[in-house]
Amino acid sequence: MDTTLLIAAAIKIGVFIGITLSFVSICVIFERRFSAIIQDRVGPNRTMVPLSILGFKKDFALPIGGLTQPVADGLKFILKEDFTPAYVRKFFFWLAPALVVVPALLTMAVVPFGSPMQIGESWIPMAVADLNVGPLFVFAIASLSVYGITLAGWASNSKYPFFGGVRSCAQMISYEIALGLSIIPVLMMFGDLNLGHIVEYQAANGWLLLPMWGEGWTLERWLMLLPLGIAFVVFTTSIFAETNRMPFDLPECETELVGGYHTEYSSMKFALFFMGEYAAMVVGSAIIVTLFFGGWSIGFGLDGMLPIGAWWVSLLHIGCFLTKVTVFILFFILVRWTVPRFRYDQLMTLGWVVFFELALINVFLAALILAFPAIGWGGFIGGFIALVIVSFLLIKIAKGASTTTREYGAV
Amino acid sequence: MPSLAFYLFALLAVAGGVMLVAFRNPVASALSMVLSFVGLAGLFIGLNAYFVGIVQILVYAGAIMVLFVFIIMLLDLNNEEKVKFRSSTLVAGVGIPLLLAVQVLGVIQSGPTDEEVAFTEITPDTMKESAAELYPEITEDTPLKDRPAIYKSLTHETSPKLPDTNLIGHTIFSGYNFPLQVIGLLLLVATVGVVVLSKRSNKTVAQDVSES
Repeated sequence: MDTTLLIAAAIKIGVFIGITLSFVSICVIFERRFSAIIQDRVGPNRTMVPLSILGFKKDFALPIGGLTQPVADGLKFILKEDFTPAYVRKFFFWLAPALVVVPALLTMAVVPFGSPMQIGESWIPMAVADLNVGPLFVFAIASLSVYGITLAGWASNSKYPFFGGVRSCAQMISYEIALGLSIIPVLMMFGDLNLGHIVEYQAANGWLLLPMWGEGWTLERWLMLLPLGIAFVVFTTSIFAETNRMPFDLPECETELVGGYHTEYSSMKFALFFMGEYAAMVVGSAIIVTLFFGGWSIGFGLDGMLPIGAWWVSLLHIGCFLTKVTVFILFFILVRWTVPRFRYDQLMTLGWVVFFELALINVFLAALILAFPAIGWGGFIGGFIALVIVSFLLIKIAKGASTTTREYGAV
Repeated sequence: MPSLAFYLFALLAVAGGVMLVAFRNPVASALSMVLSFVGLAGLFIGLNAYFVGIVQILVYAGAIMVLFVFIIMLLDLNNEEKVKFRSSTLVAGVGIPLLLAVQVLGVIQSGPTDEEVAFTEITPDTMKESAAELYPEITEDTPLKDRPAIYKSLTHETSPKLPDTNLIGHTIFSGYNFPLQVIGLLLLVATVGVVVLSKRSNKTVAQDVSES
């Protein structure tokens, strides 16, 4: 193993996990300020350094608005009493918060933050692990975080947390199917599972949802916008459900379940669940940006003019990537504070009856468009008619299924 | 000489298996099985089989075991009580692993020797060679968009990678297409059968509702 690569890997692990964690705390302040704007409030726009507890006359206000609010929040969580109820299953009760945070941070390992950097002879990819199974790795590790939430609900040994845990488990399993199926058209388009290669392709030939440069001006790419658009909508909505965010935060629905699976948790253990949710949100935004909006690429053919490999280009690309991720985090927050919560049977119907079928039909639609050069007009029209008939039948069956669930109640 | 990671993940897999049997708490047992799966996935990844390793986690640890844990929790099973060993279970418990061990020994004995195997290390240069072998018709002049994905991944400029997912797909769909379709049909039949068996007809549901 090359020493340069080893040192670079160590630095990358430190820096990228640091970036993700600081994004988590930035998310908190964004959430609070943005929700305040939406609700016509002020929000935390100043945070004092509490000098008065040290005996000074006045607290000291830093002149940077409320940006230090996350520090205050974090300190509050650490300094609170860490209370473990007597009736919980101790080992699992302690294990659960860690099982929520760790997978969320691990998934960040395959996301390319910037263009590869050239040091001497070797190229250093700006992802901790430049794996060839990128999206699969993300789904696999993200599916492990179900354990954390389920265990939290079970180990609390109390009614409402258990309901929350069961709800979350069912919800995450259901939406994983839509999540996995929805990106198949995307992967068919690229023919590659390496997220670094995927972003490079988009930098040269137009982002997936913005094919405006390079080889983007082809009929195929513009026709593909239809299945890819559907894929984007299904994927983004499923990410909302996977991260347990509003409008799908039924596991922590406070009007029905007190606080959901973390009712019995206090202090830093509660904060870890909080961090896990935000880290999952950051990772989700990063994956959406990487697959659909060109990852680190600046776009409009500008990346081709830059000397790829120079250190400042990599830094520029990292900046570009983080900007896009921030935009998506703001979108997540906007949705949370504008869309009301779903009912649980609506959530399940949406996942199993609408998204599952839509993603399945979408796969065949994308395949039809991609196969057009090989099968010609005859095959295309025949396939299209067959697809329409099958979709019609599927929708009919799905409608029947959804009325049955509505009449007799879904679990 | 296997690397340190091999021993780490092998230990994880074995420890998970032992804990699965030793624990009396069903949830703890299920979670140790997850640990064992993660160890196995690590071993696969150590063999450069990224796809198999990740699918191991995705399917077994992420989907099947979640359902196991889910059901154990819903049933609220208590700790298993210690049962007395019967001689028949003891014989089966010792005999079957012994048979397996004999089989493993047999496979190891009859397998190819180190000289016969002659592994080629996966480096950018060897990957380029095998790409040229796989697609002899591709030259320098072939435009980028006409090159197959496997070729592009093997000869990538900054990060050439062994596209194991593409290769597995290529092998399955070109070499074993018919068996794959048969297996798919079999699974479909099984799924439909489960739905038919477990589905209560509208009439019985209505009865249950009126009774309760």
